[in-house]
Amino acid sequence: MSKTVEERERVVVRFAGDSGDGMQLAGGRFTDATAVLGNDLATLPDFPAEIRAPAGTIPGVSAFQIHFASRDILTPGDAPNVLVAMNPAALKANLPSLPRGATIIVNEDAFTRRNLEKAGYAVSPLEDDTLREFTVHRVPMTTLTARAAEGLEGVGTRDAGRAKNLFALGLLSWLYGRPTDVTERWIERKFASKPAAKAANLAAFRAGWSFGETTELLDVQYRVAPAEDVEPGTYRQVNGTTATALGLLAGSVRSGLPLLLASYPITPASELLHELSRHEALGVRTVQAEDEIAAAGVALGAAFGGHLGVTSTSGPGMDLKAETIGLAVMLELPMVIVDVQRAGPSTGMPTKTEQSDLLMAMYGRHGESPLPIIAAQTPGDCFQAAFEAVRIAIERRTPVILLTDGFLSNSSEPWRIPEIAELPAIDPAFAQPPADPDARFLPYARDERGVRPWAPPGVPGLAHRIGGIEKQDGTGNISYDPANHATMTRLRAEKIARIADDLPPLEVDADEDAELLVLGWGSTYGAIRAAVRRVRARGLRVARAHLRHLNPLPGNVGEVLRRYPRVLVPEMNTGQLARLLRAEFLVDCRSYSKVAGQPLFAAELEEAIVEHLGAPLEGVAAR
Amino acid sequence: MSATAHVNGSGNGATPRLTKADFQSDQETRWCPGCGDYAILNAVQTFMPELGIPPEKIVFVTGIGCAGRFAYYMDTYGMHSIHGRAAAIATGLATTREDLSIWVVSGDGDALSIGGNHLIHALRRNVPIKILLLNNQIYGLTKGQASPTSERGKITKSTPFGSQDRPFNPVSLALGAEATFVARTLDRDRRHMLEVLRQAATHRGAALVEIYQNCPVFNDGAFFALTERETKAAMQIPLVHGEPIVFGPEERRRGVVRRPDGELEIVDLGDGVTEADVLVHDAHRDDPSLAFALSRLSERPTEPTPIGIFRQVDRPIHGAAAELNPDRRAADVDALRALMHAGDTWTVGAGA
Repeated sequence: MSKTVEERERVVVRFAGDSGDGMQLAGGRFTDATAVLGNDLATLPDFPAEIRAPAGTIPGVSAFQIHFASRDILTPGDAPNVLVAMNPAALKANLPSLPRGATIIVNEDAFTRRNLEKAGYAVSPLEDDTLREFTVHRVPMTTLTARAAEGLEGVGTRDAGRAKNLFALGLLSWLYGRPTDVTERWIERKFASKPAAKAANLAAFRAGWSFGETTELLDVQYRVAPAEDVEPGTYRQVNGTTATALGLLAGSVRSGLPLLLASYPITPASELLHELSRHEALGVRTVQAEDEIAAAGVALGAAFGGHLGVTSTSGPGMDLKAETIGLAVMLELPMVIVDVQRAGPSTGMPTKTEQSDLLMAMYGRHGESPLPIIAAQTPGDCFQAAFEAVRIAIERRTPVILLTDGFLSNSSEPWRIPEIAELPAIDPAFAQPPADPDARFLPYARDERGVRPWAPPGVPGLAHRIGGIEKQDGTGNISYDPANHATMTRLRAEKIARIADDLPPLEVDADEDAELLVLGWGSTYGAIRAAVRRVRARGLRVARAHLRHLNPLPGNVGEVLRRYPRVLVPEMNTGQLARLLRAEFLVDCRSYSKVAGQPLFAAELEEAIVEHLGAPLEGVAAR
Repeated sequence: MSATAHVNGSGNGATPRLTKADFQSDQETRWCPGCGDYAILNAVQTFMPELGIPPEKIVFVTGIGCAGRFAYYMDTYGMHSIHGRAAAIATGLATTREDLSIWVVSGDGDALSIGGNHLIHALRRNVPIKILLLNNQIYGLTKGQASPTSERGKITKSTPFGSQDRPFNPVSLALGAEATFVARTLDRDRRHMLEVLRQAATHRGAALVEIYQNCPVFNDGAFFALTERETKAAMQIPLVHGEPIVFGPEERRRGVVRRPDGELEIVDLGDGVTEADVLVHDAHRDDPSLAFALSRLSERPTEPTPIGIFRQVDRPIHGAAAELNPDRRAADVDALRALMHAGDTWTVGAGA
């Protein structure tokens, strides 16, 4: 039977099922095949905080969304074109985000009375008119997977039952013409030591593919051509966690300093600890500390010893690390603090994303304790952001906070693998022993950038004592002198402010005569670009810029802000950057705020931008 | 960093002969007159030259409290850190710099209250650091509040009706954490203190040395029963590895025996009880239970109290399993490139 093939420029697919159904795995494999095919892509995993919520219930639903296209794409997509629902709860949880006309593929076998009850359906949505606005394909995936595994040597019903996610993956792989060899190779590798599971999964995957090819249920196959407007190079798929780890490692290689990561388990930052703990052969030491405070202390101790000390955490851990970060400010030692932001306050929603730690990074310590803040923009960009954090920390002898978030760390995208040798060298420039053995070493003497010497223990003639008590300018000895404290407070602030001298200016992507600047930071990068693209497609003029350095800001930010009559700052918080900019530059920045534990969506932001463009200009005279 | 030879506790023949003066910094010591900390600082500066470790390979990390000032007075590398966190920071330093001799100086509030978690975990991990716990049973720097080692009923500024809580016994706590070296000594017994410090310095792993330290301002005389001439012979129970645990003046010799139910008891010698009945101290027992029982012999330092080395055993040190890259060098470019290209990759563009 011949099937029609239709071209699609972009598609959003969401796999949803019970958290035990293997949806993250199915989504991840689909992503790999899509990446190898050469589509541009972005993904968004969405899983419950509970390790195992009651099976079949709505809190137990786990989903994975992938957006892929033949042109460059910027977000995981707002709403799916295709929903794969492995049970009634998955259908119910995801239905509200489905646009009219979307395709739904359900595992018909899972729509039992008991499962319907658990999801809160009195009548099966497959039987009434709940789904009348959608194209629904009912596929008995459990039965077909079991049948495919029948007669395979050593394969029990348990293996077969677990493999239905691979059936769904096979079906979707056929539907969108994904290469099968990538997935089959992965199954061979993953289950190399478990022949029964390997056989069951391979059979399920192939059965899903064949089902699509042979049945009349699906009469159209879609094609999404490889993306063409892509920079030449070697690519891989990467998520924010891996990119952060590689960026830190690149910082280690380019500085020649071994990397120590100290961390305490916390969602969603634990993955970075897992990732780096595998790389001991690359000189990495990881310490799973007794608590967040100790993790920061261990990293600072390593820094005092002349190594690259890094600690990673998420919001609640930042509260606890503040004390040690303050000491690092006082000691003026290099240290990188990775904050994988999540929804707060308190425990908040650990698996959900947010950008609400910016003001804490800026001001969340007692006393005057300024430090540099860097934010990553996309999963792959976590590499550059992490490298930049290492560079500034080492060169400027300061703790640096790197802000990523749950969305960045879990999402993945194709990433052009950079050449390490093309990254700037980082010179630790350790203090040299004095030529005159009687000369006194001054640990707080500063160079023209306001940077003090870094003198790890072990070098004769440089023995010195540092600590958290205010120090005398130059000698570093304890000092309670009022004028000295004022001087040191100023010197510490100037040291951070002067980093801006070497930062590239903020680049603006602007239409001529644009009246509105959309200024963002961090992981909203993709959504803002996509929204601006849509606004421009409507014939409207707009300017867009994105901040990587939140402190200090690039030198031209004030000038850029004043260039436009209106400034809109979209953030996944209640307006933290907007507040900073208003305070710093007296510019009437407007905030577009979303605090829902979800990334920004391009469509909602598009509407917000259009609204701001159309609104009468208020208070323009004040700009 | 360059070569990182293990010099912990081992002599280095190339070092010129050092003296006490080599370990005295130019900073004026500022403890209260008569403070026990002076004697401890003096003892540490005195025995440091014996180690044969050059000052630049020695680091003192301290927390907050009167003991925290210690770092400024040693002419070595030093960090005066945060209240309670010295053990954590020293763990980071020890993890990356096996070539250094690292000393933590802490107090009873610093180590046992705000820093209790870091202390027990540093001991559990057997991090190669030496922890001097200066115990004066009071908060000194904050001017006289009850500490976690203050006795019940202690009247202080924060406990005007008497402290209600049971104090920690630091030696029991350390043994509970299975510390590999646990000792107790006295600020007013210089000879004993020097000997314990020497043993701690050469221990391979974490060492906890509790030093009973007199605070003449807020808790004067807390340990006088153990340190003053009239009473000390009757009150000090010296622990010497391989020797029977006996003590007391000539007129009343006493010893520690194990009762049939396994508990330890102090008995008078004579009247049918001889030294042969007395428990022989074995600091090297792998199981810490007997050492723990010794630590429970006295509830307060106003009764016969064991001093000396309770436990000294050899166990793997923190990080010792990490042998893939013993020099802890940063990765080279090729190794990182291989990692970055691991897994499925694809190439875009003819030239790439």
